[in-house]
Amino acid sequence: MENNIDVEEVKYKAKDFASDQDVRWCPGCGDYSVLAQVQRVFPEIGVKKEDIAWISGIGCSSRFPYYMSTYGFHSIHGRALAIATGLKTARPDLSVWVATGDGDNMSIGGNHFIHTCRKNVDLNVLMFNNQIYGLTKGQYSPTSEEGKVTKSSPYGSVDHPFNPPSLALGAEATFVARAIDTNAKHLQEVLKKAMQHKGTSFVEIYQNCNIFNDGAFDELKDKETKLDHLLTLEDGQPMIFGKNSDKGIKFDCDGISVIDLNDKNNSIEDVMIHRETDINPMRAFILANMTYDHSMPTPVGVFRRVQKSTYDESVKVQLEKVTAKKGVGTLQNLLYSGNTWEV
Amino acid sequence: MANENGKDLQSLEEVTVRFAGDSGDGMQLTGTQFSNTTALVGNDLSTLPDYPAEIRAPAGTLYGVSGFQLHFSSNDIHTPGDNPDVLVAMNPAALKINLKDVKPHGTIIVNKDAFEPKALAQAGFAVNPLEDDTLSGFKVHQVPITSLTQNSLEDSGLTTKEITRSKNFFALGLMYWLYNRPIEPTLKWINEKFGKLPAIADANTKVLKAGYYFGDQTEIFSTRYAVKKAELPEGTYKSISGNEATAIGLVAAAKIANVPLFLGSYPITPASDILHYLSGYKNYNVTTLQAEDEIAGIASAIGASFGGSLAITTTSGPGVALKTEAIGLAVMTELPLVIVNVQRGGPSTGLPTKTEQADLLQAIYGRNGEAPIAVIAASTPTDCFDMAIEACRIAVKYMTPVMLLTDGYIANGAEPWRIPKIEELPKFEVKYRTDTANFQPYGRDENNARPWVRPGTPGLEHRIGGLEKANLTGNVNYEPDNHDMMCRLREEKVLNIANDIPSLDVVGDVDADLLVLGWGGTYGTITESVNKLRKKGYKVAQAHLKYLYPMPKNTEEVLKKYKKVLIPEINLGQLAKILKSEFLVPVESFNKMRGLPLRSDELQECIIEMLGGDNGK
Repeated sequence: MENNIDVEEVKYKAKDFASDQDVRWCPGCGDYSVLAQVQRVFPEIGVKKEDIAWISGIGCSSRFPYYMSTYGFHSIHGRALAIATGLKTARPDLSVWVATGDGDNMSIGGNHFIHTCRKNVDLNVLMFNNQIYGLTKGQYSPTSEEGKVTKSSPYGSVDHPFNPPSLALGAEATFVARAIDTNAKHLQEVLKKAMQHKGTSFVEIYQNCNIFNDGAFDELKDKETKLDHLLTLEDGQPMIFGKNSDKGIKFDCDGISVIDLNDKNNSIEDVMIHRETDINPMRAFILANMTYDHSMPTPVGVFRRVQKSTYDESVKVQLEKVTAKKGVGTLQNLLYSGNTWEV
Repeated sequence: MANENGKDLQSLEEVTVRFAGDSGDGMQLTGTQFSNTTALVGNDLSTLPDYPAEIRAPAGTLYGVSGFQLHFSSNDIHTPGDNPDVLVAMNPAALKINLKDVKPHGTIIVNKDAFEPKALAQAGFAVNPLEDDTLSGFKVHQVPITSLTQNSLEDSGLTTKEITRSKNFFALGLMYWLYNRPIEPTLKWINEKFGKLPAIADANTKVLKAGYYFGDQTEIFSTRYAVKKAELPEGTYKSISGNEATAIGLVAAAKIANVPLFLGSYPITPASDILHYLSGYKNYNVTTLQAEDEIAGIASAIGASFGGSLAITTTSGPGVALKTEAIGLAVMTELPLVIVNVQRGGPSTGLPTKTEQADLLQAIYGRNGEAPIAVIAASTPTDCFDMAIEACRIAVKYMTPVMLLTDGYIANGAEPWRIPKIEELPKFEVKYRTDTANFQPYGRDENNARPWVRPGTPGLEHRIGGLEKANLTGNVNYEPDNHDMMCRLREEKVLNIANDIPSLDVVGDVDADLLVLGWGGTYGTITESVNKLRKKGYKVAQAHLKYLYPMPKNTEEVLKKYKKVLIPEINLGQLAKILKSEFLVPVESFNKMRGLPLRSDELQECIIEMLGGDNGK
């Protein structure tokens, strides 16, 4: 795939991507793991350090750029994607990454999020979802579950939460994935795929806030429970899960259901196959909508990965085409074209 | 009085014409064509488009009336004229709205066909004004424009609707005849504009000619008029509006500095035309991003500025309100950025298509925290070009946001522009930092500006953001003394720009007791008023502030030289408030917020009063 970013053999180590700043997240925060995985995986993406820019908004996750030794911009609440869009459009040669959170990206920045997805700007967007406002000390967020008791909802939140992958898919996102902060290897794999994808790569990362929403994802992390609750997606493979890989997702005229593969009426043939590159987003929507359905496992991995022209590339191509057709504009032409007369 | 083809040809020094009709009648197009042709024949001119916010208000309504006023002259002129000498009214509503403005004994040309019962009722005329004494005291020409248009297109095969839409070309043709202007420039324009629709091009051509020859043949008009060429300085000219001049100025600045231009913008009246113009300049290395909202407009520009582009965002007052937080970010990150505010009537949605100057306090003070930015203002449509370049020069030299204030009147108004020679353009350069030795992201040069580093530069990787910066390193810093110092440093950097701008010039009677001091788009009215009064023997000095923050270093000195200072503004006295608090000088205000330029006659009255009536001479 053609890419504007200069990819060459660069030998970095994880620590080369650490800045000289002390990391100031709370001890035990899930952000540490995400930072570590990013720093581990970056030597493998083959982009020179100076060609990488991290952009963030406001929130705990948005401190991320300070801890990377690349170019970085910690901006204002909700606007990371708009700033990143401007940077990538002006500088398609850069690899632009965005660190954001569920408040920053789903609430105040929601408009920029859907439009970035729609335009398919070639950005890698990591949204740390801890389902709480951390930096403002514990209010419910747009991804908090209904009934959530927080400082600003002492009798329980009455809001219905956003389902981030579903929102991204609804906004025509071309790459939608989910990973979990402490599931290191899987997160690294997802990050690599996000980097390889040309277009807006949206990665929702379930991230534990051990101060204000501790244990939000324990069911998906606990050794005893995780296998029964996590559906790890693999392209071209049947959607099976469970301790003994004996449960599958079936889709038929009745809709979607979990089937027991130990039951001899069911077979592996009945299980829905995952296809990341399916142009029709139906399969990805089905996966996204398992999130709040307690009879279903929570999918992680790449929900959707399709090709579409990117905004930044199209802008660049149009500029080049017009320039080729009209010639490089000069000051003389700029000033003296049109209806002029002499005095 | 000369005689030509049986008609008298009368020579005039200047004329003010107003075209008025439904918002769907093509009055803006008619006015623009008349202006362009008038510019081409060498008159000085000034225009005032005045239209409702509704795109196609219901036909015949009073609130749907759209107008275009044009003042042209054989002399140097500065305003679109207070009152029209000639009103072209395409329907009763247009007559109703505009009649009160027409000069006594002025000329009124009406489309007689449009004065039918329904339209008269809609306009609130109980009796047809063409049949009672409503128009006594005016020279009235009743021309059946609609039916003459239909007659000339009888065999065209066009629908009645299409035919009726051409009637503005009849009015235009007639006015070309009446004021002795050539129809060729508009014929050429019709062919370019409607090249792909030959039937329409043909129809408009026919109707334009029909209107022109009608004047020649009818007995309605016995006299036609000529306005001689104005004596303008030598050079190549074109007619240009403020928004176009702003757009060209921005592109020119990027060319001068040899950097890519980036515009992040969201459509808003009356600033959208700058976005339209710039989106056509792709071959000048101009990237335009039409954002999802005002905030994304400026945020994308900030991102592009971080990436090394000369970044612009264009908007009007409500948009500035939305961009405010992001302007603060550009202040904190010390990135160059130009914010163009084409001011309109406020507050809130206000008067989207009308002019005002009420965003001055917002521009200078309207942000949280101590957030100084440079604020400059253009004074005429053509001055937008110079000030757009100046905004860019200051932004990149001092690594600061700059707000350029224009307004709806100068943005949409047009005048002849003596195009500068390339060598006359200001020169400035951009140096991106590439040297890694002793690099400090918040180190400063002799102008207190921090280095501009393009991402992609090896060895200079650094992080910036909206949190307070430590001096030099730019690292996050919450120390009390550092914050105090940084607030002062940012202010000092912007104030220091005062050393790099022209001083405030006084013109007119420099030794007068009264100084009339203006800023922005009131320049034309103030200049005309002062000139007229001085011709009558009054002693008046005039000065115009183009730099509002920081102000020229001699501003206080100038203010204190005069016994009286009058500040005309289209707001409640915002500049006056600033001057009083900055310099502790008593100043007086002349304020009108009518959505229109200040009137010269009213300002003259005010000045005469301040001078003590006739004794002021």
